[in-house]
Amino acid sequence: MMASSYNAKEEDGPHSGTPGLGGAAVTKSKKPDNTAFKQQRLVAWQPILTAGTVLPAFFVIGIFFIPIGIALFVTSNNIKEFEIDYTGVDADSPCYSCAKDFSWNSTTSCTCSVDFKLEQPFESNVFMYYGLSNFYQNHRRYVKSRDDSQLYGDLSALTNPSKECEPYRTSNGLPIAPCGAIANSLFNDTLELYYVDSNGTRKEIPLVKKGIAWWTDKHVKFRNPGGNDNLTVSFEGNSKPVNWRKAVYELDPTDSENNGFINEDFIVWMRTAALPTFRKLYRIIQKKSSNTATLPSGNYVLEITYNYPVLSFDGRKRMILSTISWMGGKNPFLGIAYLTVGSICFFLGVVLLIIHHKYDTRNTSADIPS
Amino acid sequence: MFRKRLPPEEERRVKANDREYNEKFEYASNYIMTSKYNIITFLPVNLFEQFQEVANTYFLFLLILQLIPQISSLSCYTTIVPLALVLSITAVKDAMDDYFRHKSDNHVNNRQSQVLIRGLLQSEKWMNVRVGDIIKLENNQFVAADLLLLSSSEPHGLCYIETAELDGETNMKVRQSVSVTSELGDNLSSFDGEVVCEPPNNKLDRFCGTLYWREKKYPLTNQNMLLRGCVLRNTEACYGLVIFAGPDTKLMQNSGCTKFKRTSIDRLMNTLVLWIFGFLVCMGTILAVGNAVWEREVGSLFQSYLPWEPPVNNFLFNAFLSFWSYIIILNTVVPISLYVSVEVIRLGHSYFINWDQQMFCSQCNTAAEARTTTLNEELGQVEYIFSDKTGTLTQNIMSFNKCSISGQTYGEITDPLGPQPKSLDFTPFNPLADLDFCFYDDALLESVKVGDKHTHEFFRLLSLCHTVMSEEKSEGELVYKAQSPDEGALVTAARNFGFVFRSRTPGTISTTEMGRPVTYTLLAILDFNNIRKRMSVIVRNPEGRIRLYCKGADTVLLERLHPCNQELMNITSDHLNEYAADGLRTLALAYRDLSEDQWESWSESHRSADKATDFREDLLSAVYEQIEQDMMLLGATAIEDKLQEGVPETIAVLSLANIKIWVLTGDKQETAVNIGYSCKMLTDTTEVFIISGHTVQSVRQELRTAREKMIQLSQTTDGGKEPGMEGWGEPYLSGNGLNEGQEGRGEKQMEGSLPPSSSCVMDNISGEFALVINGHSLAHALEGDMETEFVLTACACKAVICCRVTPLQKAQVVELIKKHKKAVTLAVGDGANDVSMIKSAHIGVGISGQEGIQAVLASDFSFSQFRFLQRLLLVHGRWSYLRMCRFLCYFFYKNFAFTMVHFWFGFFCGFSAQTVYDQHFITLFNIVYTSLPVLAMGIFDQDVPDRRSLEYPKLYEPGQLNLLFNKKEFFICITQGIYTSVVLFFVPYAVLSDATQSNGVPLADYQTFAITTATALVIVVSVQIALDTGFWTVINHVCVWGSLCSYFSIMFVLQSQGLFRSFPSQLNFVGCARSTLLQPIVWFTIALATAICVVPVLAFRFLKLDLKPQLSDTVRYTQLVRQKKRKPAGRNVGGPWRGAGSVSESRLGARGGSRRSGYAFAHQEGFGELITSGKNMRLSSLALTSFASRHSSSWIDTLRRKKHTHGHTPASASGECSPAPSCVSGSVPPLSNSCSVLGGSQDMPLEEEAGTAPAQNTLSAPAPSKETTSASEQEPDSAEAHTE
Repeated sequence: MMASSYNAKEEDGPHSGTPGLGGAAVTKSKKPDNTAFKQQRLVAWQPILTAGTVLPAFFVIGIFFIPIGIALFVTSNNIKEFEIDYTGVDADSPCYSCAKDFSWNSTTSCTCSVDFKLEQPFESNVFMYYGLSNFYQNHRRYVKSRDDSQLYGDLSALTNPSKECEPYRTSNGLPIAPCGAIANSLFNDTLELYYVDSNGTRKEIPLVKKGIAWWTDKHVKFRNPGGNDNLTVSFEGNSKPVNWRKAVYELDPTDSENNGFINEDFIVWMRTAALPTFRKLYRIIQKKSSNTATLPSGNYVLEITYNYPVLSFDGRKRMILSTISWMGGKNPFLGIAYLTVGSICFFLGVVLLIIHHKYDTRNTSADIPS
Repeated sequence: MFRKRLPPEEERRVKANDREYNEKFEYASNYIMTSKYNIITFLPVNLFEQFQEVANTYFLFLLILQLIPQISSLSCYTTIVPLALVLSITAVKDAMDDYFRHKSDNHVNNRQSQVLIRGLLQSEKWMNVRVGDIIKLENNQFVAADLLLLSSSEPHGLCYIETAELDGETNMKVRQSVSVTSELGDNLSSFDGEVVCEPPNNKLDRFCGTLYWREKKYPLTNQNMLLRGCVLRNTEACYGLVIFAGPDTKLMQNSGCTKFKRTSIDRLMNTLVLWIFGFLVCMGTILAVGNAVWEREVGSLFQSYLPWEPPVNNFLFNAFLSFWSYIIILNTVVPISLYVSVEVIRLGHSYFINWDQQMFCSQCNTAAEARTTTLNEELGQVEYIFSDKTGTLTQNIMSFNKCSISGQTYGEITDPLGPQPKSLDFTPFNPLADLDFCFYDDALLESVKVGDKHTHEFFRLLSLCHTVMSEEKSEGELVYKAQSPDEGALVTAARNFGFVFRSRTPGTISTTEMGRPVTYTLLAILDFNNIRKRMSVIVRNPEGRIRLYCKGADTVLLERLHPCNQELMNITSDHLNEYAADGLRTLALAYRDLSEDQWESWSESHRSADKATDFREDLLSAVYEQIEQDMMLLGATAIEDKLQEGVPETIAVLSLANIKIWVLTGDKQETAVNIGYSCKMLTDTTEVFIISGHTVQSVRQELRTAREKMIQLSQTTDGGKEPGMEGWGEPYLSGNGLNEGQEGRGEKQMEGSLPPSSSCVMDNISGEFALVINGHSLAHALEGDMETEFVLTACACKAVICCRVTPLQKAQVVELIKKHKKAVTLAVGDGANDVSMIKSAHIGVGISGQEGIQAVLASDFSFSQFRFLQRLLLVHGRWSYLRMCRFLCYFFYKNFAFTMVHFWFGFFCGFSAQTVYDQHFITLFNIVYTSLPVLAMGIFDQDVPDRRSLEYPKLYEPGQLNLLFNKKEFFICITQGIYTSVVLFFVPYAVLSDATQSNGVPLADYQTFAITTATALVIVVSVQIALDTGFWTVINHVCVWGSLCSYFSIMFVLQSQGLFRSFPSQLNFVGCARSTLLQPIVWFTIALATAICVVPVLAFRFLKLDLKPQLSDTVRYTQLVRQKKRKPAGRNVGGPWRGAGSVSESRLGARGGSRRSGYAFAHQEGFGELITSGKNMRLSSLALTSFASRHSSSWIDTLRRKKHTHGHTPASASGECSPAPSCVSGSVPPLSNSCSVLGGSQDMPLEEEAGTAPAQNTLSAPAPSKETTSASEQEPDSAEAHTE
């Protein structure tokens, strides 16, 4: 309230005798630290999307993508692939009767054979796939209907499978091994390939059934309970999946390394597909010598033991033969996509360059319109 | 709490010293509680409050859904963990806040006060004080409750209080007890009077009650009340009876309830969350319909491989479950981490505010403080600032700055840019000088030393003509008690220049003139009031000559001068104009020699007027008018109401940033307007409209008139000199405003240049307008239908000043703008009277000044200097807003990109709610993989450095217009997100469906697909954040690269064989990352997807930047260019605000012809009477002992006489209650021609009490015509010289 010509600046003066200043000097100053972090003055890189940076970026993307696209496209085109549908939908197709009559309840197997002709020889290793269409391996209830602990050989899960396996958890009071819908619907057609040479004799083509599963699946993820010996004993208290004809320890009785949960056909099936149309590796046809083609051009017969019904849900079954390059199987999309994106980038770069030159309003001088 | 159930009080009965009697009414005790929780209620109440948030409830709902196994498509820990995190963080924060409120409540409640219990004074805590108790207050103590003043240590039961905490008025006020109780002194233990009064209310200036004591009734008014929050000053002790306590006190009634503040972004966010929820339901419905179709067409047939789960027996039920499953999966479009992140970012910004050195005041050792951490980005959107005046804009320190003595001006600092000259040292010349006084022009001191007659007379006047009290504790140690700081400054100035006011008695004034003691006989004080705008004293000097000394507003004083002063008057007028242009408060000084006869005859008429019972005020002022004539001009003074440092610059910068500043002050109109000028809110080119009507009709009319005029003026300025220009000024000079308004509008429509809707017109108005509105007019303007009218008018103005407003009105004005303009408001103040305003504005800023800490406690941000506001808004606010917007844009983009992939996948998995990604990825994506880069951007990003945003205030505009994040931006973001999700799903789909690994194993298995998509997603969003980040500090680098690394490392760890062996069923992705990411084709896919996602964004941004750059982009670009050219940072480039900068610079500009007289009208009338009556003379003071011997007879006589008359006219002792309208007719001085020219357009103060609308119109009308003519003549000063 005192009216006086008080000057606040005086306080900062060196000769000032005000007690307030003395007090302030003693009490700790609350002045914030003068660090670059606290004062928000950190050294920083401040990129700006200028013509000098953006346009070259477009050209660089174009320059990289177009050659890659060409390379991918050429590689993909060099890969040979043959596909045959053997579902037997049409009345004139060889498997029509099998497809029509067959159901899971049939006790006898039905066989049919499909003839086909390879126009070009398959030079390197040939991979044989079976393909299914309209088969929803990616359905949520399907995907979760498995017990990974059981498949890992966990004994408690063997006797007491996860609830996720319902309704394929128990059968006749016994726990199912392997439980769940995925295992239950194991693809069980048998495919055999014969080469028919010019004089009409059939020659069986050896199909390798090992090495078709992921290494980690085969060696880590899937394990037989109590080791690979005496599988019969291990699975004694278990029932086979409802749809299976034989128990899990009978999948490949010839090879103990490929029996039970670690059967590779089983493992391949258990790796569910992402999309309703999918293919799975079935067998490998190894290249024998460098001189002869693995599969020379000519006529072939595919012998099918038709066990797997798909017509009920309008599914399709295919057999695919394919060679492989460094980038995998035939894949025309990737090459075309790369070519397209690369060209678009290049084109965009040109267009933006023109726009930039024509309409650029920015002055390079330091003037700022305010 | 339970009190609320009591019926509302109709009247209050309080009996002194009778607790039993008073207890039966159950009045509130003096315990105050501002906290919300206690230990027991905290958890339920806080949880209840938190679940009132839409988002929290939504997540709780999701959590419940996830617990149903048939629906649960994600395990529930994906929701539980983040939700618990959010709730607990918020709870801890709320608990901390409330803890501090408890602490401050406790502090206040435990203050000690002395209570009279059973005849004994006992120390009692504030909270234990009851209604009906008698409290003893001592000097400088806070008043504990609303008290009825019973007696005081001072004579006549007077006591002085400072009400700054309450209403912001800093001058002292006098309160007086009812005479019967004041006679009791401190023997109050037997006092058993009963008070019957009105129930508690929030009206600070009104109290109505009756005291019943000893069978007699005594009326009580506000004049008898001491309100809680006031401080007792200059009074040794007083006793009061508690009438209202605790929550019933006027202080508490005036502080609005604590409201939870939200930012507009918060509200927008909640709306968007609702929209997204709607979107979610749509998506869910689409997918559920898809599911129904699929289950019917395909799924039912597929049952041999995949039977329906037991409770499901038809496809419709399946679809219903699928709907909820999808709701769960897609809920990540609004992840809970959004809320956590927003809080974290705001907290970071708050810390930056706390840490800012440039908002640290070294004088008071206080750093800025963000007290609320949730409002930061709102600081970047402020459109209206409501500021208190005293203590906020000004320091409330008056300094004698310049003066003009008989045509010679002193105090001008010649070189404003030069070094600060040394303050004069008065001590060798004058031992009685005040050491704190500063004056820089030694010419004045020389003039005094030389013995210049005029100078001596000038300071003699200053030492005599005032109502200041002095206290001389020991010889030479003078303390002046002035009831307005202006007067104190003047008397102090006189003291330092050798004319020391020592002491006064009712009949004498003793001074020491140039070291020589002189005693003047005080014949009369012609007191100040708002209409007279001047005060005079008539003294007889020791030689026996009688002289009248007068000081007052130049407008009223100059026209009462003797004609021979013409020449001097012209010069002095020029000086006054200069002072006024510098924003100083000016005062003209004059004297008149009176002969003994003149005095005798006048004093006779004075006496008769004084004795009159009816119209005493009018009669007195008429008598005063008689004698204050033919005066001789002495000179003029200029007092600087010291603004806080950098206030004009800050206001200039803020208004360049398109922020409108309203000053709401409890102070008087003149003071407020003056400050408006000195802080450059008002300039000489501003057209000021004054609204001061007392009735609804007159206010309405004034508002309309103002608006019409604005339209006309803006029309003429817009359209150049229009032919109709001579015509329009005329009608305003006659007739009433409403008719003119219609006429004016008619004119417009004929011209057809303006649209008919007036609101439309008002929006487009351009021009320098300012509105000044008085508290009583404001009360009408805030009524029902007047609101829109007021808002319409006020918002067309560049500046609005509301004076004499109550705390509640301040809040009402803020609410009004909030309601009508949908704009973000900020209130800044320093006193308790600003609390309600601070609370009701979107953002409350407290200035931690001298006026206590109530404002700071209620505020959201606090610092010690008004000028920090510019940094708070333009730098911190702007950055916060920018960062928050960028954060939100990116966040929504990211989550849509992340989530919508599931939608597309639905079409390929039978709408079964299968997720594309691994569950762990879904849990970690928002919390770990992508949280830090976006947080780093949200906390550290800067588009332009702080210096630039102060240099180009226009950079602030995007925030006000809400350009950076609004519904449109949101849609752009989610569109981009959906586009990305399409790319992220369909590119891997197209590539992988047929692809195989290089060993022939197909790639189209679910896990490979999941990993490819997830990796592509992480990379795409990282590239996107890299594009969005404009300010790459080390931390940003660490976060971005670190997040990418963490993604890969966590993925490899989770898919490692070691962990798989421990949790085989949880981590079934074992080995997947390795076999997938070793495939070149997977990387080609990811690169392709990234390119497709980023290229369009890049092209679009480049085009936008290249063709339509924002100001910030340009500034940024310019900076880059400058850095490249290695030019020194051009400090003289741009800086558009610099021109409007400091006072010294603007002095060089043109000076308007306006003059504002600032007779400190913080002044109050009635003090003169108090002085002459001797009521406020301290019996104990030194002065009395030294003068009693000589003047005892007259002193005691006067005392006796006044005491006698006092009983009849108690109201006249105070200026506050004087009925204003009665004195209008007689005392409004005629507005002569010369006056209107001299006074210029700022002469409005005159009408403050005049009130009626026609008067208003005639007064304000000449202003524009004068304005235009003087504008054409370019030099207003010369124009004046011509006229005169």
